[in-house]
Amino acid sequence: MTQQVLNAIFIGSIYALFAVGYTLVFGVLDVLNLAHSAVFMLGAVITYSLVALHGMPFLPAAIIAVFVCGLLGLLIEFVALRPLRRRNAPPISALISTIGLALIFVAIVEQATPGTLFGWLWQDGANSVRFPAGTVPNPTYHLGGLTIEGTKLGILITSVVLMLVLGYVIRYTQIGRALRAVAENRRAATLLGINVDRIFASTLFLSSALGGLAGLLFGLAISDIGPYIGRDQVELKGLAVIVLGGMGSIPGAVLGGYLLGLIEVLAFVRFGSNVEAGVAFAALFLVLVLRPQGLFGARLRERL
Amino acid sequence: MDFFIQLFTNPVGFYNQHELLIAQIGINAILAIAIFVTFYSGQLTLANAGFMAIGAYTTVIMNLYLPTPLPVNMLAGALLAGLVSVVVGLPVLRLRGVFLAIATIGFVEALRLGVILNVPITGEGQGLKNPSADPLGGIVPILISLPILAYLVWRLTRTRLGQAWSAIREDELAASSNGINVPLYKMIAFIISAVLAGYAGALETHINFFVDPTEYGITRTIQILTFAVVGGTTNVFGPIVGAVFLTALPEIVRQFASYRDVVNGVILILVIIFRPQGIVGRGGLAIIRPRWWIRWKARERPAAAH
Repeated sequence: MTQQVLNAIFIGSIYALFAVGYTLVFGVLDVLNLAHSAVFMLGAVITYSLVALHGMPFLPAAIIAVFVCGLLGLLIEFVALRPLRRRNAPPISALISTIGLALIFVAIVEQATPGTLFGWLWQDGANSVRFPAGTVPNPTYHLGGLTIEGTKLGILITSVVLMLVLGYVIRYTQIGRALRAVAENRRAATLLGINVDRIFASTLFLSSALGGLAGLLFGLAISDIGPYIGRDQVELKGLAVIVLGGMGSIPGAVLGGYLLGLIEVLAFVRFGSNVEAGVAFAALFLVLVLRPQGLFGARLRERL
Repeated sequence: MDFFIQLFTNPVGFYNQHELLIAQIGINAILAIAIFVTFYSGQLTLANAGFMAIGAYTTVIMNLYLPTPLPVNMLAGALLAGLVSVVVGLPVLRLRGVFLAIATIGFVEALRLGVILNVPITGEGQGLKNPSADPLGGIVPILISLPILAYLVWRLTRTRLGQAWSAIREDELAASSNGINVPLYKMIAFIISAVLAGYAGALETHINFFVDPTEYGITRTIQILTFAVVGGTTNVFGPIVGAVFLTALPEIVRQFASYRDVVNGVILILVIIFRPQGIVGRGGLAIIRPRWWIRWKARERPAAAH
């Protein structure tokens, strides 16, 4: 059982990392960025591509992948969000344009085989692959009957440290203050001389870099890298997480991520894998119906 | 291009060659009508794939275990979808905008992963065989239903009910202060939409020998949403045009067929940015001037004055 709880914490920290990026965009821009799961997938795919196809060591590959994912966030902002904002389109439009981008990202990877246009990025089409053995040293520790894999421990530490850093940045730095001001009231922030467009662009960069990192950690821990990992594994679960924690709330997303990991593992232990898959959506549905402000949000408007 | 040449020069041959495509277009058009009804009342509900699943599974299970004739089974599927929509709608329709969209997606996936994959009568993950399917005969009810349903919904949007939906869509607060029972009218739209989606699901089982649970997930939901967005939702013909266009597109541009989703994604983004009212709908292109363009224009003008 303790082993299962440990697994819940590992998977929960990936959910949390993914959901933090999701909720950050919702909190600041008021739109749901459904391309976030595609960026998550590309984080894993780009790292895999650099390591397996281009022979790069893991660490620089991961750093490049995270940076590229951040740039993809800028692409989302400039292609799918900014034109709509210029026109004062309803937030629902942004939901749809980001779905469009997600379709494109997934289809590009899914259609990439050796010799095609994107053969340099991905060669396995719709199949799922794993990192070559020995990419990352993976010592196994035994501690009082528990088995802890080195990579999973590394993932846990990485995500916790990153979330703490993010929390610090948002609470105490200049850009974090600007971010919160924009989230609170866009017009007032503009009047105070904050360049709102630049804040939006940095939010997307930050959020997508975190999403890409979550993706590559997922690929490392679960050994499942393929065009559909974003859509099938985290897109809707990420939604469930940010709804659990209250839309737009970062601490809520972190707690929600661990909570969902725990709920899933418990459902798996108690009822088996079929129920495990559905439990996130049942939770999502229940929370939205009974407590739309999320489990931890006191008010709907409280953010970040 | 051959596609169009054949369509106009040899319609009978075209029909014989593309029967399944035509059937799929018909089903997608009915699904587009279903999502149109909720859009028209100002609700972004993404539950249609779930109601489709209910219609499809009910029809096939009744085919397999009961002696009732097929039309009865199909109607039962559609009505059961309507019944479920009441139960789902009561709590969910209080939500608005993005929250409503998320909750309905949650319903679709909870239904698929939680119920369909866990109840033995649905064949669980393996899906259900439907030996009584009739791919060629199944097209007839689809092609008959589509114009009738389109006409009925079009008439409906011009009744008091339709006016109430428009009022709610434009301004919910104003509508309710004018004495419109907002929850009731939203619920009616949700139920009609669910019945239509259930019916489309039932029709679809009749052209496939197999009911596959993976068909009724988020991908399907987004596909249906795409029809409505690309076609436009100012009237019922927009989503139908969207469904016809997007379903036929991979056939029209065969060389891009494997990059279908890239094409779909690009179309979706272009439409939402430049023609938010959809392909069908009044007005021209929405021109968005980038900031550098405005700045460049502003700089140019004083120079021209000299």
